[in-house]
Amino acid sequence: MAEELRTEDMTMNMGPQHPSTHGVCRLVLTLDGEVIKDCQPVIGFLHRSIEKMCENRTYAQCIPLMDRFEYCTSMSCNWAFCLAAEKLSDIKVPERGEYLRVIMGELNRIASHLIFVGVTPMDCGALTPFLYTFRERERIMDLFEMTCGQRLTYNYIRIGGVAKDIPPEFIPKCREFLDIFEEKIRDYEKLLVDNPIWIARNKGVGIITPQLVYDYCISGPSARASGVNFDIRKNDPYSIYDRFDFDIPLGTGGDCYDRFNVRVNEMRQSARIVAQALDHLPDGEIRVKVPLKFKPNPGEVYSRRENSRGEMGVYLVSDGSTKPFRIRARGGSFSHLQAVPHIVKGLKIADLVAIFASMDIIMPEIDR
Amino acid sequence: MELAPIFAWIYDLLISLGLSVALADLVSQIGLAVFVFSLLCVLALFLVWWERKISAHIQQRFGPMMTGWHGVFQTVMDALKLLQKEDITPTVADRGVFFWAPVIVFTCAFAAYIVIPFGKGLIVSDLNIGILYIIAITTFTIIGLMMAGWGSNNKYALLGGMRSAAQVVSYEVPLVLSIMGVVMVTGSMSMNDIVAAQSGWAGFRWNIIFQPLGFVIYIIAATAEANRTPFDLPEAEQELVAGFNIEYSGMKFAMFFLAEFVNMFTVSAIATTVFLGGWNGPLLPSWMWFLGKTLAMVFVLMWFRWTFPRLRVDQLMEFAWKVLLPLAFVNIIYVGVLALWLK
Repeated sequence: MAEELRTEDMTMNMGPQHPSTHGVCRLVLTLDGEVIKDCQPVIGFLHRSIEKMCENRTYAQCIPLMDRFEYCTSMSCNWAFCLAAEKLSDIKVPERGEYLRVIMGELNRIASHLIFVGVTPMDCGALTPFLYTFRERERIMDLFEMTCGQRLTYNYIRIGGVAKDIPPEFIPKCREFLDIFEEKIRDYEKLLVDNPIWIARNKGVGIITPQLVYDYCISGPSARASGVNFDIRKNDPYSIYDRFDFDIPLGTGGDCYDRFNVRVNEMRQSARIVAQALDHLPDGEIRVKVPLKFKPNPGEVYSRRENSRGEMGVYLVSDGSTKPFRIRARGGSFSHLQAVPHIVKGLKIADLVAIFASMDIIMPEIDR
Repeated sequence: MELAPIFAWIYDLLISLGLSVALADLVSQIGLAVFVFSLLCVLALFLVWWERKISAHIQQRFGPMMTGWHGVFQTVMDALKLLQKEDITPTVADRGVFFWAPVIVFTCAFAAYIVIPFGKGLIVSDLNIGILYIIAITTFTIIGLMMAGWGSNNKYALLGGMRSAAQVVSYEVPLVLSIMGVVMVTGSMSMNDIVAAQSGWAGFRWNIIFQPLGFVIYIIAATAEANRTPFDLPEAEQELVAGFNIEYSGMKFAMFFLAEFVNMFTVSAIATTVFLGGWNGPLLPSWMWFLGKTLAMVFVLMWFRWTFPRLRVDQLMEFAWKVLLPLAFVNIIYVGVLALWLK
């Protein structure tokens, strides 16, 4: 041939306005046709400087800000912050308060995983499961609404306990939800887990090896899908998690398919925990009296808890005043996003979307 | 009530009014074309509404409810809204290509209906190469999509255009081969002959009875041809935002949108004519049978869309070349053996 055919790499901006970047993430892709040669995540579009704002507020005022830290699991973020503050001043939460925290935390985990179970198929082109999971999530939202009046940002878990006791109709409603929930999970599995197209799209795609899990500090369900058996609820129990009987679902392949299944099974386990907590819910106080101008002991503390996306840690420095000296919050998504470029090299755009969704990356947690 | 006698009566009326035969032919042909075109426009509007209702009910929603009875006028309102929208041409776009792309897609989508028998005697022109003509003309749609992808000068659109080209090259082959089986049995490419060959025997001469494999292959390939999920890669929303039509707005977008629904009706109409016995059926007038069967096929395609995830681009190719194509050859061999045995 006299003139050789020549191809050029194409640089494409995926985001910040893109339907499947789960918030405002920008991915600078270098493409060879459809194949990704390089992927560079650009973050910071959703930065709200929550950590800095907390430094100018009292501890009680920080809690609503922590709601916005990661709005899919507001309860858990409240809880992580309160855990740190309580650890600093050795506050013991009353029994009923702990049980209510566990119930709300696990319901919130189910709600968050329901979003995942709905959104991940949507990113693979199946639009319907999204509406199904939101139908179930709605019931959880109703439960939250009847307890604390809010549906997304709850400001429910407070330092020393919880804000309000549950209304009498909460327990029957919650049991009703748990009864139908197992059947609904089977519906999602019927729609997706056995679907050949779903298997083709997800099985063997975006494999995270256990080594990669350690290298990038991947935590939560994404790590457990790779077979890394680490769950803070079991390995470093906080609150009263050592009293409940539940399993940690593990994957073997570390691919998108396993990450999906692990989360689906985690919903089952969370439902088990909620059922046990409802059975043993004691009477009594829901929180200890903590002064409005709460002043923890000076010092620094790191507390962590298992969020639905991974390890949620809060590092809190107190100088003994009414305001925190410094807060640094850590969410799982930040490390997960860092691992994405490593995984997607050589794969296709459609795979990138599937992997991004399967890691359950959410931007507010990264940008804070 | 059959419609063909009415058209015949109008034709006779024109003759009796003193028109020459050539002129009466011309007038009736133009009249028929206008009739088919407006029928399809109404059908496309109806299909958009229908898809929204079906998707809503599959997803446990209501769908449009506000405009008219259960929102029947929703698409009319949408079309009116789109007419009022600004028609934007990007400054960096290739203006000519960008302008003609939706026109080509729209025209080709409608041109296929020249040879489709809507009922007994209801066919604009019974070409002796009818099925070949349809396959040729529907393939032209892809040229329009590629033009849209290239002319927009947008990377997402370009990827969408590329995907649609790759898709049609792969799926046109099994599609043609699956129809080939029917042509072999019928011995004619004329749509009227194909329908006539399936009449009688209380429906047991429909080609789907003898060639179920061919029908399945056709449906899969036709879904890809009409760019529907699980093969909607050219406009994969979650990957390419909107694919080839990302830069289009206003009426140009509406033309793409309408063409998509007309294409869906086309592939369903071909499935009806070739495999499901066309307009054959007892009691009801023939055009009702045709419409009923075709709409049932459209429903199946919509059902696919709201149930399945989307395939990846390489899996799509693999499926076409490694699974569908060999199966299509198997079908042809089977039909050949069957035809010999029936003789």
